[in-house]
Amino acid sequence: MKESVFLRGVIVTAEKNIRIYYNKAPVIIFGLLFPLFMFFAFYMGRKIDMSVFFPGFLAMALFFTASSVGPLITPWEKQAGTYERLLSYPVSVNTIILGDVLAGALFGLIITSVVMTVAVLFLEVAFNAPILLGMAIVLGTICFASFGVCLASPSVRSPSHIMMFSSLIRFPLIFISGIFIPLTELEGIGLILSYMSPLTYLVDMFNAGLTGTSAFPVAVDILALMLFTAVFLLIASKFHKRNLAKGL
Amino acid sequence: MPAIKVEGLRKKFGNVVAVDNISFDVEKGEMFGFLGPNGAGKTTTIRLLTGVLIPDAGNVTIEGIDVRKDMIRAKMMMGVIPEMGGVYVDLTAKQNLVLAGKYYGLPKSALEERSEELLSTFGLYDRRKDPVRTFSKGMKQRISIACAIIHNPQVLFLDEPTEGLDVQSRRLIIDTIIEMNEKGSTIFLTTHNIEEANRLCERVCIINKGRIVAIDRPEILRGTFDNTQSVEISFDQSVEGHLFDAEFISKVDRFGDKLRLYTNDPDRSVKHIVALANERGLRIVSMTVCGPSLEEAFVRLTGDEQ
Repeated sequence: MKESVFLRGVIVTAEKNIRIYYNKAPVIIFGLLFPLFMFFAFYMGRKIDMSVFFPGFLAMALFFTASSVGPLITPWEKQAGTYERLLSYPVSVNTIILGDVLAGALFGLIITSVVMTVAVLFLEVAFNAPILLGMAIVLGTICFASFGVCLASPSVRSPSHIMMFSSLIRFPLIFISGIFIPLTELEGIGLILSYMSPLTYLVDMFNAGLTGTSAFPVAVDILALMLFTAVFLLIASKFHKRNLAKGL
Repeated sequence: MPAIKVEGLRKKFGNVVAVDNISFDVEKGEMFGFLGPNGAGKTTTIRLLTGVLIPDAGNVTIEGIDVRKDMIRAKMMMGVIPEMGGVYVDLTAKQNLVLAGKYYGLPKSALEERSEELLSTFGLYDRRKDPVRTFSKGMKQRISIACAIIHNPQVLFLDEPTEGLDVQSRRLIIDTIIEMNEKGSTIFLTTHNIEEANRLCERVCIINKGRIVAIDRPEILRGTFDNTQSVEISFDQSVEGHLFDAEFISKVDRFGDKLRLYTNDPDRSVKHIVALANERGLRIVSMTVCGPSLEEAFVRLTGDEQ
């Protein structure tokens, strides 16, 4: 009974988030327009080999979309006064967190699927290992949706503050994760930093799935993404509980 | 078994003790008022009782279920109307109700039936497809209450439910509370409106600075301060309050065109007022001898501590 109530809480929370937050301006701006502008800024008008850069672009699209919903929800609900009502329903903080993660992951999954479809139709992109690619997408969306929810942990009253904070954290990651500069070309401090970025392992997994080449063994990528997901969820749970009363 | 049992509840925020070792019971089917000045700890208490906040110490049981140990099951028993209302303005009226019902696991057909019934009861059926952002404050509060009672809770918590509402919405909400109570629900009502508490509640608890200062039936609390009777009088012209100064009149307050003379001897006061009115040629428009009010008891109980 407890499991079914928990699962129901997660699904209903995700459904609520999808209805309310997918079309909010910060999600569209930070989740859709930013990666698109980054794509135009770095790839358009340059003679680049799409097969080399597509894994990075796909990872960037997934990263931005999946992590754009989570930071918005809790601050928005606290500001609107709905968070207390939500907590009074038969749910726990962890249920709410997982509902937020699910909504973020689905958003990432939908947009990444659109990008993949466009790539299949209009670009000459090879699919070396489709199952591995699917696995990378699922793991990546969950990992970065968790990252997004983790970014909502600090106690702020205004959603705009958390969106700025999340951009401050998210943007540097795309420069150290092998998106614009392949991992094999990174060295020194750049290479060390790239090991600490969860995005690195997603880009690497996409490389393995699309081109058949990767810097790390696939098992390492999978393990790293799972580990980062667990860490993000633990941090989110701890800090959401700690900051629960702030801004209610 | 009481519907709500609170034992040694305590909550601190930093160095501030918001709720300080409070204990009380609310019987099944009782309408219980929870009063206190701003910052007294009312909202924190309600959040602790409803499982929104976790207490630093103490226990809360709802219908015999420990809120800390079995929070989800306890929450299934209750409906909560938070102070801020807490409805999703981006959703329609019906979507808000359906969302609430889904959290409580109502089957689809029952949810459809119940949400339409509540929308009709609250006079919002015609607006069921409109986003709540287009609603007035009173309409939003009606949606908030409908969300809280969609599953017919055994215990209903209301935090300032009629604050700042129009007369029509306030009456509708009070009627709903009374109806829920008549059907057997236990009501825990936090309000600033002392007269509302006096009229509705079987018992009231007065809290100040996180501590319970009184808990009893409203009439008994009123009687605690029987030296605070008053005579309310209105003349056909304005009269200075100090005109009635006497050893048995402790204070004179002005309320619009009326004067209220606080006294411990209404008989002598009335005779004194009539004599003075005759002497000065004042025509008495109205005169009422008032017993001690719950408001006075509230002010005395909470004021003494401040």
